[in-house]
Amino acid sequence: MTIQPANNPPRCDTPSNLREGARISFIGARSFLLEAPGDFDLPAQRLIWAVARLVGEWDDVGEVIPGMTNLLAILKETPEDPGFFVERFQAAWWEARSVDLNGKTIEIPVVYGGEYATDLAAICDHSGLSDREVVKLHHEATYRVFALGSAPGFGYLHGLNPGIYMPRKKVPSLRMEKGSVTIGGMQTGVAMLTGPNGWNSIGHADQKMFDPTSATPALMAPGDVVRFLPERIEL
Amino acid sequence: MIEIVQTGPLNTVQDLGRPGYRAIGVSASGAMDPLAVRVGNVLLGNAQDAAAIELQTFPFKVRFAAIAEFAVTGADGANLLNDRDVMSWCVHRAVPGDVLEIRQPRRMARVYITVAGGVDVPVVMGSRSTTLRGGFGGSHGRPFAAGDALAIAPVESQVQYRPVAVVEPAAALQGIFPSSIDDVLHVRAIPAGEHDLFASDADRFWSQLWRISPQSDRTGYRLSGEPIKPEAPVEMRSHGVVPGVVQVPPGGEPIIQMSDANTAGGYPKIAGVIESDLWRLGQARIGTKIRFVRSTHAEARAAEQAVDRYVEDVCRTATMVKRALGVIA
Repeated sequence: MTIQPANNPPRCDTPSNLREGARISFIGARSFLLEAPGDFDLPAQRLIWAVARLVGEWDDVGEVIPGMTNLLAILKETPEDPGFFVERFQAAWWEARSVDLNGKTIEIPVVYGGEYATDLAAICDHSGLSDREVVKLHHEATYRVFALGSAPGFGYLHGLNPGIYMPRKKVPSLRMEKGSVTIGGMQTGVAMLTGPNGWNSIGHADQKMFDPTSATPALMAPGDVVRFLPERIEL
Repeated sequence: MIEIVQTGPLNTVQDLGRPGYRAIGVSASGAMDPLAVRVGNVLLGNAQDAAAIELQTFPFKVRFAAIAEFAVTGADGANLLNDRDVMSWCVHRAVPGDVLEIRQPRRMARVYITVAGGVDVPVVMGSRSTTLRGGFGGSHGRPFAAGDALAIAPVESQVQYRPVAVVEPAAALQGIFPSSIDDVLHVRAIPAGEHDLFASDADRFWSQLWRISPQSDRTGYRLSGEPIKPEAPVEMRSHGVVPGVVQVPPGGEPIIQMSDANTAGGYPKIAGVIESDLWRLGQARIGTKIRFVRSTHAEARAAEQAVDRYVEDVCRTATMVKRALGVIA
């Protein structure tokens, strides 16, 4: 069930008031999902980071999980009045001032091509580009970590050149190697675990990006800048 | 210390989970039947979230190397201490060399062994739960193998052993959790974000019987039944998910995410099981028939509070009985 914003505040010409209401829905009785309207882009994600920071401080909220232009808030207990929480969540969205997280810059050496690039040929077919061009477009771009999820430490990276967008596979690879550098739709990332994976692999990175015994287990954090450095290109 | 003498696959150390790290992609994990763990711990005077042994495959045998009080909770199987029957939902004492055997439960799925002091494996990111996918937590980040040794944390005060028992939750909370009707488990759920996109198929989601398929584990239960599909394909952006979310992949057979739920997902979600019904699903076996019943936040809150009251009652009663028995002794 979805709760659309009840009353849109009056619109005026200042950009912050042009913001459309977010869509808020339920998962079970304790979790509420806020989805930003509009495009999948950095301005929307900056607002999500701002709402996450705000809502994460609320006493009744146990955990917030930023997704791709959306935010899941998990409450400590089922609220007496879910409508009231939805109103507060929506208000947080209206009030949020875009934040740019001052992330660190992470440089990841990559071996492009070679035995792990199991889907490079398919991307060439799909894009009409040569393997060299695909690799070039991938390592020349600068990426932002939008969110982490799906596997410990896995960062969803935004900033992929539209020329190499590649839909997820209908039938996932059963055993994709940890460290595979992959493209899934308009996103890219580095596989954190060996296992089934629907993204398309074009290379491999050795860098350790998750350590459960560390005080900061994940190397990547939302807002970080990521660059891929071609260590070798094996085509 | 206790030694694993015999085990099936996929038996692990679990506590109440590792929430708080989903934002970096780490599943919460934790017991599939958290209520059984809470009750077992309360009976023994442990903190409710002390680590326990979770069994999903049987038979399972452990040998105690030291005196230990323990309780077996969760499913309805036979437990033997040195080949003599011991009751579930009750505190027992083992002496060095004693062997506890847990047999296949009759109807339910998962058994928990709690011990006074708690299973003492290293705390990783705030929890002792095993995450099999991440390969950390629990006993070396993996399921038990015969020969494994598990440390037991020392008990704070040496209280004399008192056999305390409790009315199991399925019986004590009958009014809150209706028992299965005609072998169909009723699972309460609230419509989720893409519910209405399923149009008339949404009605079939609520009305038909689903069966828990063999492709089900701690990560999720895949259901088999008449497929349901949204009116038009739905393209979603990845978002956070929690146990209980009912997602519908393109094939049309829903998946309920369970304790090892992925932290993010993008399949359209038709419903979310209310949190207080998850332990019942955790005790449902492969092949179980389930029906989803439309619920509300008010009903979910009432169930949640009833469960908490029950655990508090057990805690109070266990303490009182121990004290009374202490006086008699």
